[in-house]
Amino acid sequence: MNFFLLSLIKAAVVAFVLLTTLAYLQWVERKVIAHIQVRIGPSRVGPHGLMQPLADVIKLITKEDLIPPYVNKFLYLAAPFFAITMALLSISVIPFGAEIHIFGGDTWMQLADLNIGVLFILAVSSMGVYGIALAGWASNNKYALMGGLRSSAQMISYELPLSMAVAAPLLLANTLSLRQIVQHQEGYYLGFIPHWSVFQTPMPQVFSFFIFLIAAFAETNRIPFDLPEAENELVAGYHTEYSSMKFAAFFMAEYSNMVTVCCMTTTLFLGGWLPLWPAAGGSNFVPAIVFLLAGAIALYHGLNPVRRRDGFTLPVVAVVFFLLAVLFLIPALRGALLPLFWFAAKTGTLLFVFIWIRGTLPRFRYDQLMAFAWKFMFPVAVLNLLVTGLMVALFP
Amino acid sequence: MDVVLFLIFAAIAVVCGFNVVVQSHPISSAISLIGVMGSLAVLYLLLGAEFLAAAQVIVYAGAIMVLFVFVIMLLNAGAEIRRGRALLAQVLGIPLLFAFLGLMLYFVQHMFPGARDVHFGGFKHGTALDVGRALFTQYLLPFEVVSVLILIAILGAVVLAQKEME
Repeated sequence: MNFFLLSLIKAAVVAFVLLTTLAYLQWVERKVIAHIQVRIGPSRVGPHGLMQPLADVIKLITKEDLIPPYVNKFLYLAAPFFAITMALLSISVIPFGAEIHIFGGDTWMQLADLNIGVLFILAVSSMGVYGIALAGWASNNKYALMGGLRSSAQMISYELPLSMAVAAPLLLANTLSLRQIVQHQEGYYLGFIPHWSVFQTPMPQVFSFFIFLIAAFAETNRIPFDLPEAENELVAGYHTEYSSMKFAAFFMAEYSNMVTVCCMTTTLFLGGWLPLWPAAGGSNFVPAIVFLLAGAIALYHGLNPVRRRDGFTLPVVAVVFFLLAVLFLIPALRGALLPLFWFAAKTGTLLFVFIWIRGTLPRFRYDQLMAFAWKFMFPVAVLNLLVTGLMVALFP
Repeated sequence: MDVVLFLIFAAIAVVCGFNVVVQSHPISSAISLIGVMGSLAVLYLLLGAEFLAAAQVIVYAGAIMVLFVFVIMLLNAGAEIRRGRALLAQVLGIPLLFAFLGLMLYFVQHMFPGARDVHFGGFKHGTALDVGRALFTQYLLPFEVVSVLILIAILGAVVLAQKEME
């Protein structure tokens, strides 16, 4: 198989999956938050509101694309483009799964394995600030400018603890390539504790895991750190003056950053595509069992419908789940699907945590945000890095 | 391929560098400077110094320039007002520039007579491993001295910030 053709196909698949995930992540977020707040959430467009993302896309495309007067036109137009480009770029170095055999050739479920993979993601994410900062400045609007200012200050501050937290597991893995970082986490202690960075001797990376996660919330401008777009202070922050697809670009950039950060956390700390416990303990059957159980639950509720159309929609969902379960039982597909399942499961759990926190915590005040970054996160991250370095040097 | 990429990004770097000086608004100049940094990173990458390229983007384009843009936005600096140039600058500006460039060319050729064209892919020590090893063995003393220098700068910044608080 031609290398270029194969890369092209892989890129197309990853782009398609990523964009679909972005659209449906928003649906999931609205549903989860609705249930946290004891509401139903989107339910009108399609069964259980499943067509809502499509409706949103149509709405955003057909809206009037307004360019306000007195904006700096070049930067105003370039900012959303820049933001979305940088957000989508970093997914290219994430390893989704192990090596697979396809079209008579071997390939990795990863677009590119750079030997500076971690640095590449840090570089791209640090460039992403410009999209937000320049959007705020170019809009010629006080609220937007405040949002842009806040975001650049916030992202510079939280990049430090983030980078320090990333450095600690790198000391354990001794490489910057994301694929090799995952490969280094292979294996189990005592036969059942995974060799992931969070559990790895000589220094389990629990602290840096939490620092990374908290800093990631700030880097992606999510609640409780969504100061750049704090709606009750700044209207909509840096994207106040944007409408239609330009607004959608910022929106997608935020969600895409969220997905990347969760993939990064999975890769660095949670063992990437590696299963939770060894195959000897039956971890190969987990996906099948999970999907069978989900299908059974859906079938039960479909047979005892609460709402009008549940009698039809839920059995359909159940059949889809059963088919997925059967897919995971086919031995030929297992090699490719199992790593993907574990990667998606870990990343999905983290994404759920992001949404869950949004439904739970209030927003920080601006001075609290800065004090937290510089007086707590940064010292702890440095201390963790020093102790990790010492432990690695003492117990190689 | 390498040469084509080199020409493209070298041209971008030069044009952006020119733009930094020509633009009247500080934000436009800052963005041009980001363009210079970015294309320099690509040039490093072409030469096989991937760690340096990543560091260039993270440190210069991603941190220092963000700070520049932040300060320009915070001060809300407007476009620069052009005043008439001095007669001396008008007459001597361009000849002096060429004289300076010629002088530089002369010195480079005389100080490094053995210098030849750069070969793409000829340099193989640009990985993080090699750079780290060099920093902690061959260049340990300069590295430590620089770190002390930066520490002094940090302390200075803290002292300055403290004074304003009182």
